[in-house]
Amino acid sequence: MRRLLPFALCLAFAVPVRAADMNITVEIPTLKVSEYHRPYVAVWIERDNATVANLAVWYEMKKGDGEGTKWLKDMRQWWRRGGRDQTMPIDGVSGATRPAGQHQLHFTDGKAPLGTLAPGHYELVVEAAREVGGHDTQRIAFDWPAKTPQHLFAKGGEELGQISLDINP
Amino acid sequence: MKHALARAVLCAALVLPAAAQAHKMWMVPSATVISGDDAWVTVDAAVSNDLYYPDHFPARLDQLVITAPDGSTVKPENEATGKYRSTFDLAVPQKGTYRLALVNQGVFASYEVDGKKKRWRGTPAELKAAIPAGAKNVQVSEMSSRVETFVTQGSPSDGALKPTNKGLELVPVTKPNDLMAGEKATFQLLIDGKPAANLKVVAIDGGTRYRNKQDELDTTTDKDGRFSFTWPEAGMYWVNASTEDAKTSVKDATQRRLAYTATLEVLPQ
Repeated sequence: MRRLLPFALCLAFAVPVRAADMNITVEIPTLKVSEYHRPYVAVWIERDNATVANLAVWYEMKKGDGEGTKWLKDMRQWWRRGGRDQTMPIDGVSGATRPAGQHQLHFTDGKAPLGTLAPGHYELVVEAAREVGGHDTQRIAFDWPAKTPQHLFAKGGEELGQISLDINP
Repeated sequence: MKHALARAVLCAALVLPAAAQAHKMWMVPSATVISGDDAWVTVDAAVSNDLYYPDHFPARLDQLVITAPDGSTVKPENEATGKYRSTFDLAVPQKGTYRLALVNQGVFASYEVDGKKKRWRGTPAELKAAIPAGAKNVQVSEMSSRVETFVTQGSPSDGALKPTNKGLELVPVTKPNDLMAGEKATFQLLIDGKPAANLKVVAIDGGTRYRNKQDELDTTTDKDGRFSFTWPEAGMYWVNASTEDAKTSVKDATQRRLAYTATLEVLPQ
């Protein structure tokens, strides 16, 4: 990877028209609790309180009888702002719950699920809801498209660690 | 046993509109915002002093009318009426909003026989036979009450929320399963399908047993019958309005008592 970096840089300069992209890091904290279940997590982009792109939804997919989808509504903000209109699973967006640790997500302008965002002011929202645990929503405001590389972050709360948003124009 | 229960239920029905300030009738679903493919709710229904602790009488499930998102009437399962509460389960396979209503259309009569005060409650058809010949000071009231709650699977919808244009009813302006703490919600009250203006509406958050005050929210409907609450906190709110008029449909009734109650869940942000 490290050896590839100079090459990648050259490539970046050599190709002047490069799609903007965003890298998101979602940290799920390690919690010392007697009963632990991996949290349900939704990552999406909002503009004026309306969802413009669902980027990730991690939920319990393996349980039968709709037992996994039963708790999707616990991600209250996501559910209200469009989650409830979705048919699960969402192709290229939803996936299984993830363990504690840092999770990297990469999205490219013009490609699903990010798509093409109209220029404007947006919020990245990350919401976590844990069975027999807590609930946490973190928001990062950003402008699109970015003129310069942006490194933005939210500190996190009980159920989410640091969330970072890196935008490459 | 059955007789005693019937009497208890009868009393519950009697006290409802007449002394709404003392006892509160309600239905509380186990969840109001629902996801999942095989979704159910279980519902408690009772008349009580404290919200929502069944401490008085069970509600009568023969008054239960459940409307599905597609407008059809659906049946509950596992109905049971106990000492203090009634309970039932409801499958919610359809996407959209279900309306659960306890609809009471009855007649209340008070009269005197040999100097003793008597009270009776029943249907309009039973009225004539129920009042003994020679009864004095016969007073007949018509009663019309609705106790409602709402549950939504997926996105809220309006198909189940059409008013019947009979009695006192609520028409949601804000979706009744889309309520959040700190946000303002607006509803409209109708009497026989027409705006119920200048009517007092109260809202009380549940869990009254664990606080010293009722912390009642009060408002009054405007000329269009509309009222709004800005929910101070998340909770299961008991929203109630009552009034009376002389627009009776029952012969001999001189007054009509109208009551509307909804339990509305407000979620945290």
